[in-house]
Amino acid sequence: MLEKAFVGGRKYWLLIACLLGVIGVGFIMWLWQFRVGLGITGMSRDVSWGFYIGQFTYLVGVAAAGVMVVLPYYLHHYKAFGRITILAEFMAIGAVSMCLLFILVDLGNPVRMINVLLHPTPRSVLFWDMIVLNGYLFLNIFVGWNVLSAERKGSPPPGWIKPFIYLSIPWAISIHTVTAYLYAGLPGRGFWLTAIMAPRFLSSAFCAGPAILILLCLIVRKTTKFDPGKEQIRTLGSIVTYALVLNVFFFLCELFTVFYSQIPGHMHHFHYLFFGHEGHVVKLVPLMWLAFACMTAAIVLLVIPVTRRNEGILTVACVLTVVGTWIDKGFGLVVGGFVPNPLERITDYWPTVPETLIALGVWATGFLIISLLYKVATSVKVEVGAGQA
Amino acid sequence: MAVNRRKFLKIGGASILAFGAKPAADALGISPTEWLDEKLGGFTIPETLLHLFRKPAGSVAGEALTAKRWAMVVNVRALDEEIAEACKEACHRVHNVPEIDNPKHEIKWIWQEEYEHVFPGQQHEHVDEALKKLPFLVMCNHCFNPPCCRVCPTKATFKRKKDGIVLMDMHRCIGCRFCMAACPFGARSFNWIIPWPRAGAEEERRFKGKEPPTPDYPTRAKGVVEKCNFCAERLAKGQIPACVEVSQELCKKKGREPALVFGDLEDPDSEVRQLLRLHYTIRRKPELGSHPNVYYIV
Repeated sequence: MLEKAFVGGRKYWLLIACLLGVIGVGFIMWLWQFRVGLGITGMSRDVSWGFYIGQFTYLVGVAAAGVMVVLPYYLHHYKAFGRITILAEFMAIGAVSMCLLFILVDLGNPVRMINVLLHPTPRSVLFWDMIVLNGYLFLNIFVGWNVLSAERKGSPPPGWIKPFIYLSIPWAISIHTVTAYLYAGLPGRGFWLTAIMAPRFLSSAFCAGPAILILLCLIVRKTTKFDPGKEQIRTLGSIVTYALVLNVFFFLCELFTVFYSQIPGHMHHFHYLFFGHEGHVVKLVPLMWLAFACMTAAIVLLVIPVTRRNEGILTVACVLTVVGTWIDKGFGLVVGGFVPNPLERITDYWPTVPETLIALGVWATGFLIISLLYKVATSVKVEVGAGQA
Repeated sequence: MAVNRRKFLKIGGASILAFGAKPAADALGISPTEWLDEKLGGFTIPETLLHLFRKPAGSVAGEALTAKRWAMVVNVRALDEEIAEACKEACHRVHNVPEIDNPKHEIKWIWQEEYEHVFPGQQHEHVDEALKKLPFLVMCNHCFNPPCCRVCPTKATFKRKKDGIVLMDMHRCIGCRFCMAACPFGARSFNWIIPWPRAGAEEERRFKGKEPPTPDYPTRAKGVVEKCNFCAERLAKGQIPACVEVSQELCKKKGREPALVFGDLEDPDSEVRQLLRLHYTIRRKPELGSHPNVYYIV
């Protein structure tokens, strides 16, 4: 089936070439980082995780969101999603690959990466994160490829694949839960030390992921002969709505606990992110407000049935959702946890140009994987006559 | 010389024997490596195997300082700017800690902080002015229940069982910086840039002199985490930590009580225990349950 990825029109090859170009630039920057050290990034002694880990955290959510399609289809026999499960699974493959790459580029000593396997440490959450991420990648490649192959042959998927499909459902939840635990179990970091971290992660994942999937479906409809379907997009829209409302609700729960309890160590981080702490005016402040403005606007557009059902407006709402959750999780969550530092000093963080280019390179790698896989998937769908919805 | 199956078994068997024989050999005072050499009849023993039997330099029984749980008491009233600076200077010299101007890339093993930053949450508007001005010395607390060790995915940072010192294996560290996120005291530094001088690159010389000041102590690579190690390498040679030594000399000269005292927390007669008995002491962020082993007399 893979050969289908190598047959395409001019626009397809132009896209691939562009992505390869961005990857190339990112790779060269990474080689520089490899030689000089992580000092070329904006990270510091006080803000020791930054843009890379933020992107990783965000994308784990995007990957986990595949379950929002797989679960209704396989557990509730919601037939309509059969058309797009493969798209969700392939999106998850791209997203998990990006996650792993973001961890790789964030390591100070990538050549020693294998130490995690040589000295397995089950008390470290990072050990479990490695297991769940790689496991999820494997599950999606395995399940996605087999189901698509079966579809191409015109036969139902083999029976032995079912257990793997069912396993992939809790597994998707686990990748985001475990990633939340990376943050939620650290003493002295008031911003992250909250039991609602994992639910917050899941709610943001289940709105951001399907929102991106809707956008991808619309792109697929425009650029290929395969139409993911109107009903499918509409149902995804409902999922985005519920999850986004939950996400903002969970955030408000957080605000209540933090500000009603008035514990300074927990309030400082919110102050810093939303107002700038002790006279520090930070670039992040307008961004954080923008994030919540986007999410609020998206909620308004999504809860009103008329606007949600209009695909044009739905697209806008999805973009707003993606931007809002991306700033909140890909940026605010990580930086906000580190500032103020445990000694209550403030060190600002902003990604540098090389850091941004490396991150773009990783994003491009993910999109390249998604483009190739989507090419295969849509070609197969058209081949078996599932083109029009 | 090709190693055939018989020879391989011979070496293997001897190695297994040696593991069992080690305690016995220790008791008899025979060096296991000598014993092995003799048994193998001049056959070359792999270097990695020999490593198992070599004791680290200076760790000969009777010479090393030992304790069940090392702890430090910082008498802030006996400290002043000069002593604090000397402590930092001594520590950073013996451990080849580079001087980096950019505060974002700084490496600090021991440093001065103000009261309100050492004990956030403890300060209030009527805190004694004198206390606010005192140079508090901060370093790794060598917690009894260290969060950094809990999160490390490779056991590159670990608590030494025999004496409770929290150590870094900088050759194993992958640079994920999870320990930096977990440490509630900001005690850990990361090598954001190459910390040692590289030939021809003058701007990359991080040390005042041309070469690292202490050839005995390893310099670090970029991309690893490091921190105070309670001078584990000095303890093995029977010396007290560098900061403690320097501060005590200076305090003596100035006719003060010692500002830094180091000792065994489990020994009721140790100097640290006597100080804890005599004074009211506080620790940093005790509510987090990490049980720091550094105590402050304020």
